[in-house]
Amino acid sequence: MGRVQLGMKMEPSDASLVVLAQAGDARAFGTLVARHYDMVFRLGWRMLGDRAEAEDLAQDVCASLPGKLSGFRAEARFSTWLHRVVVNAARDRVRRHASHARAAQGWGEVELARRAEDAQAADGQAWLIQAMTALPPELRETVALVLGEDLTHAQAADVLEVSEGTISWRMSETRRRLREIAEEERA
Amino acid sequence: MTDDPLDQLQAALKRQTPAPSDTARDAALRAAAENFSAQSQGSADLVRQTPNRPETRAGIWTGVLTMLSNLTQPRVLMGTSALATLAIAVVLTQNFGDYGQTGVVPVSEEVVGQQSRGVAAPAPALTDELAESARVDALEDLRNENQPLRQNGAERLRSLDDGRTRGAAEQTENRGAQGQVDRAESKVSEFILGPNEVLQTGPELSAEPMFTAPPEPVFIAPESDTEAYPDATPNPLKVTADKPVSTFSIDVDTASYALIRQSLNNGVLPPRQAVRIEEMVNYFDYNYPAPDGAEVPFRTSVSVAPTPWNEDTQLLHIGIQGYDIAPADRPPLNLVFLIDTSGSMNDPKKLPLLIQSFKLLLSTLSEDDSVAIVTYAGSAGMALEPTPATESAKILQSLERLSAGGSTAGQQGLQQAYALAAQMSDEGEVSRVILATDGDFNVGISDPEALKDYIAEQRDSGTYLSVLGFGRGNYDDATLQSLAQNGNGTAAYIDTLAEAQKVLVEDVAGSLFPIAGDVKIQIEFNPAQISEYRLIGHETRTLNREDFNNDAVDAGEIGAGHQVTALYEITPKGSAAERVSDLRYGQATEAAADPSEEYAFLKLRYKRPGEARSQLIETPVAPDRQDIAATETGFAAAIAGFGMLLRGEALPGWSYGDARALAAGSRGEDAFGYRSEVLSLMRIAGAID
Repeated sequence: MGRVQLGMKMEPSDASLVVLAQAGDARAFGTLVARHYDMVFRLGWRMLGDRAEAEDLAQDVCASLPGKLSGFRAEARFSTWLHRVVVNAARDRVRRHASHARAAQGWGEVELARRAEDAQAADGQAWLIQAMTALPPELRETVALVLGEDLTHAQAADVLEVSEGTISWRMSETRRRLREIAEEERA
Repeated sequence: MTDDPLDQLQAALKRQTPAPSDTARDAALRAAAENFSAQSQGSADLVRQTPNRPETRAGIWTGVLTMLSNLTQPRVLMGTSALATLAIAVVLTQNFGDYGQTGVVPVSEEVVGQQSRGVAAPAPALTDELAESARVDALEDLRNENQPLRQNGAERLRSLDDGRTRGAAEQTENRGAQGQVDRAESKVSEFILGPNEVLQTGPELSAEPMFTAPPEPVFIAPESDTEAYPDATPNPLKVTADKPVSTFSIDVDTASYALIRQSLNNGVLPPRQAVRIEEMVNYFDYNYPAPDGAEVPFRTSVSVAPTPWNEDTQLLHIGIQGYDIAPADRPPLNLVFLIDTSGSMNDPKKLPLLIQSFKLLLSTLSEDDSVAIVTYAGSAGMALEPTPATESAKILQSLERLSAGGSTAGQQGLQQAYALAAQMSDEGEVSRVILATDGDFNVGISDPEALKDYIAEQRDSGTYLSVLGFGRGNYDDATLQSLAQNGNGTAAYIDTLAEAQKVLVEDVAGSLFPIAGDVKIQIEFNPAQISEYRLIGHETRTLNREDFNNDAVDAGEIGAGHQVTALYEITPKGSAAERVSDLRYGQATEAAADPSEEYAFLKLRYKRPGEARSQLIETPVAPDRQDIAATETGFAAAIAGFGMLLRGEALPGWSYGDARALAAGSRGEDAFGYRSEVLSLMRIAGAID
């Protein structure tokens, strides 16, 4: 995520904003949330595949941050912690709020319509939908972090609180499944 | 583009991810700021949001959702989905009579068009999406409201009247709020249980395939309904010339069967209005031909077979088999259920739901899997030694014996569970401890950190931990979440059976994806061949004829490996069974009748997941069509006849004994003993009727 660390004229770091926010500084908190909103939405979309769902998710996450922030300990990176919050919220959403059916249905419906005029893009979209829906949830979220957010396996492991080896395995499993899909298509 | 599919996926993910809209962004930032200042002012309630727990909804679930959920009564926090859905299904049945009379449902069959019911044009705009999720939310609340009815059979029965009233009121309200009852119904399909997910045994409810039937305008009183059960109106006989088309959405439910079983096992005939034949029929798995591949995600099989109880009619048996994405080539699974039986679990939303949930899970296991149960309360103890999953009777028995009392010795229980899991695990097998608790994990944990470490250690040795939270009150999300995370498992909150279905069946036993959505079936009977027909059961669900081609009208989903069964009793032209005589002056309208041999033409619409446009599959039904094995059609017919008898329908010359003989002769393989079980129910019914 390459956030610029605290410097004289630089943007304040996440860590310093968190400290200020935890002390009750609303502006620091606002800056922090604004800075990360796009990531929250993006990650949400990549896990849920639906714009409206992702926007709802992002809003819920943002709205819950004031409460959750007090539980944040400086030993973790804020972004890692926030990734985890988003992942958990998305999991909950898939399980509880949007049923798997809706979530899977949502995967791309909106986008599909938006890009209907662009055949090539729609092709890519269809493929993405197919690929993402074919992945089980744990692979999907791993993909969203590693491929979508460019986290290293170690960072993703941190977020998902599994071992690095698990992430590596999941990524190779994802590759295997994608190949299977490709083969089925050729067949 | 490289060969590596991961690169391709990454490129696609990045390219396709939309930018967030400014409105949504602003709203979110505003919500964050508001909560921040609220919290600074010490409004702790508002802040303690774990954003997606149900109880937080009132606080932070913003906008429409809150508004809509407030429209409904205070929720009984039993949950969403199947349980509740079952409730509404029942309530709808109960009200069917009123429903028809008020003229709400019937829409003229002749009106063919894009008229959708309460659903706006399918514009994928954000607002619609929001409205949709709000709608679903409201519906969930509606289901929640009916939840207690479903809690257990007996209680449910007692409160049936009450529930009916409430249900009716809510239907009205909901209809007003555009939460269209039929949408509620079609949402039921989210909870389809697959063929291997039959919630068997035990007096509980189960959720299983059922169909939706069109409550088309009731035009004839069913002669067979000799007793005054206004709510138990069987699907009326239809005259093909008047109504050649029957349309319904795929739907799932099996509550009725569980209720019937419970009632009969208690030596009492179930109340007639509690008997829903389609739920009984769909409780069972049938051996249907599998689809060829994922391209067309399911296969429709049709057989025409003699009607056991009427030699002058025939049964049209429709079986739909979903494509099984993940065939069970997974390694054997060893599950240790670690069940919190402490005093705080003594709540209908906790232990009983937990037991039902585990039954659900149990039904998805295969012969190679095994199960053990450890309980913990004051002290930990093994309630069930490791037992093959096929010995369902034994496992269920020990589940039934569980009762709550004492305080919580969580750590001790956990250690025992792990020890058992280690003992059960062979090379190449997967072991998992499933901890079910309300989070009252306080007694016996001297050192939470040590416990986490212990779990992590076990994880590394190959045994994972999944944590299922039940109930509220002292539900300790943080502890459970962290336990599960350390165990490489998931923590899930289970408030309903449907939630259990999702979590246990999909997450634990394998992933489950819908393979087709909005599945609607329309059958057009050929008046030249079939003079009358009736859909057996399915009284509670409907689609209007015009809804079939309207992609905006929601209908049921089919998940991987799921199947659905529907039966029509059809009367061939000229048969002695014709009940309605031809009209002297009505014949001119029949001019369009197809003189061909075909009995009917079956049309099935579905959407692939994520697609907005539906696909169409058409199947002509010739009189000799036989896609389905005779054991399967025979068994389904036996169950249907059994249900009709239980409903008090007159089947001259046909008795429970005949049903039993037919079922016994059609048992087939019956690996899990479901079919055998019904034989004893038939015997009991015959004895007490």
